[in-house]
Amino acid sequence: MASCSIEDVLAKAERDEAEKLKGITVNKELDLEFDPGNLLAFDKNRIDTREFKDNKREDFIRSLARDNTQLLINEMWKLPTERVEEIIVAKLPDPSTPLPREKPAPKPKPPTKWEQFAKLKGIQKKKKTNLVWDEVHKEWRRRWGYKRAKDDTKEWLIEVPENADPSEHQFAKRNKAKKERVAKNEYNRLKNIARAQKIKVPGMGLAPTPRQPKAELAQAVNVAKISTASVGKFQDNLPKEKTPKNTGKKRKFQPLIGDFSSEKQKQLDLLKVMDSKKPRLDITKAVNKQMREEDRESAQKSKKGFGKKGRRGNMSGKGKGKAGGKGKAPKGKGRKPHMKQGKR
Amino acid sequence: MKVPGSTGSGCRFAGFTVCSYTCSHRCGQTHTMAHRDGIVKAKTRRSKRFLQSREPKLTEGQKSSMIIRGGNSSETVSQALKDVYALKKPNAVLYKRKNMVRPFDDSTALEFFSKKSDCSLFLFGSHNKKRPNNLIFGRMFDFHVLDMFELGIERFVSLRDVKTDTCPEGTKPLLVFAGELFETDREHQRLRNLLTDFFCGPRVSAVRLAGLEHVLHFTALEGKIYMRSYKVLLKKSGCRTPRIQLQDMGPSFDFVMRRNHMASDDLYKTAHRQPRGVKPKKKKNISHDAFGTRLGRLHMQKQDLDKLQTRKMKGLRKRRGEQTAETAAAAAKAPRTDE
Repeated sequence: MASCSIEDVLAKAERDEAEKLKGITVNKELDLEFDPGNLLAFDKNRIDTREFKDNKREDFIRSLARDNTQLLINEMWKLPTERVEEIIVAKLPDPSTPLPREKPAPKPKPPTKWEQFAKLKGIQKKKKTNLVWDEVHKEWRRRWGYKRAKDDTKEWLIEVPENADPSEHQFAKRNKAKKERVAKNEYNRLKNIARAQKIKVPGMGLAPTPRQPKAELAQAVNVAKISTASVGKFQDNLPKEKTPKNTGKKRKFQPLIGDFSSEKQKQLDLLKVMDSKKPRLDITKAVNKQMREEDRESAQKSKKGFGKKGRRGNMSGKGKGKAGGKGKAPKGKGRKPHMKQGKR
Repeated sequence: MKVPGSTGSGCRFAGFTVCSYTCSHRCGQTHTMAHRDGIVKAKTRRSKRFLQSREPKLTEGQKSSMIIRGGNSSETVSQALKDVYALKKPNAVLYKRKNMVRPFDDSTALEFFSKKSDCSLFLFGSHNKKRPNNLIFGRMFDFHVLDMFELGIERFVSLRDVKTDTCPEGTKPLLVFAGELFETDREHQRLRNLLTDFFCGPRVSAVRLAGLEHVLHFTALEGKIYMRSYKVLLKKSGCRTPRIQLQDMGPSFDFVMRRNHMASDDLYKTAHRQPRGVKPKKKKNISHDAFGTRLGRLHMQKQDLDKLQTRKMKGLRKRRGEQTAETAAAAAKAPRTDE
């Protein structure tokens, strides 16, 4: 008797549960594929085209949608939930549908010059506080930037150091130093970027191009020669190389207050020249020069017919000469900008 | 761009130009590229934040979409574009003016738009005799077109025509795809992926169960795609999970598949490449001590300690009679110590 009643009770319990779940069960041939992370459901079942007629189409679609949504909601309700401020919230897993990215993944930036050095030396980055106590103003101020704690530029009094020139403008000096620091910072920042992107950075005025003319190569050699600690003083010349004479300052100005006697002499000479009756222009010399120019022009015109052949012949010779001389350094006779002296 | 440097005082950095670094190799750089490489620095913090939001990130946020009207468009198409814009607000921009663009012939104009507005999804609507009521769904990778699908609208019911209450803007919709074509046919598979991308909304870690109100249902049958959108009504059922009832809402489309442009397999694979190691973001100013208590740092203004508001204990308050007695006691003590 007892066993019967137990069976009855169990059967009754099953029937009750089935009744409860009747509302939410949906029968499908194939199970749906779910992606709760994206709130997505995919129904692979075949759709009966007979039921898809014009007049009943909307109802068919709606019932299909209802069934699919019911299954999706059942899946959603199975997720772990938590209570956030009196609202029941279900935690979603990661989406399983692979969706393409918007932009390619960011590449890690190559380390800057300082970062490389810090890594080498083992220097750690020290975390600094944002605000610093400013004694002068008695309040918390930024470490750097607008209204910072120790602002150098806002000082109204600068002591002139003992060894400095008394007529030097200290405030202007400070401003200039700041501008130089800013420019240096910008320069280093751009160099870091160029190194990161592997662009060849030109040295001072020497942009490397695929085919460099002879003159630029000569210039590059000269610059390289003086780029040592002692400015090229102990760099020996190559066997047939001549030291370039025209380096250094292009114009030399005499200091404002210097040697009084030489200045006096110069001014007296100038007055003498202005006074003298002799014309500044030497007529004979000028006329000779003009005649020579005219001769040269006429010679060129007559040579034009033969000039081409001659030039060809010359070129072959030059080519050989160049090929032979490639190993050696280019001679200093390459085209260089003419350096004009201060006086003519 | 000339770098500021002091001239005439022998400063080494005076007077060189930035262009020499870049022009020799890429003369066709646009302004955005110069910003992206970091060569031109942003002058204000706001502009810096703006540029940072446009940079590629490790984990990407929600994709924005641009909805463009083509050279000639009918009433249906215009209304359809407006409805999709309403669905996709606020991560969408609607370009209502006519744009003479042919995406399948020349997609550079679309790429330019996407670069300017930083949108990777687009919907282009047009109408002509050969292709009436045309909508092109598409997406971009690195501002180049990845996939494009041209769908023709056969039947369209707009939001305005359906007079029921709608769910609030920006709710994440439930997406349901039905039909074995979505599984078997390669084009349909890609279209399913694109529609998921287009309509899925922001990526969230948790969702309010009562807020699952909107469902978009796509059915694929015989080369046609039926898109319906319903409002979900959660009714009581015997157990914890509610019973669903659907109410017609929102735009419903009957699409027919026309042309498409799918990305090549390797481009598709490159687009899916995820970066290594996504680190969890650390919250600043929170530290934990040995006992597990959370600590943070506050910077206080200077407090006048005389005027501090402490608890008032009436019994400890000094009264006048007591005060004089104290001073007298102190005075009495002092001569005693002297002696």
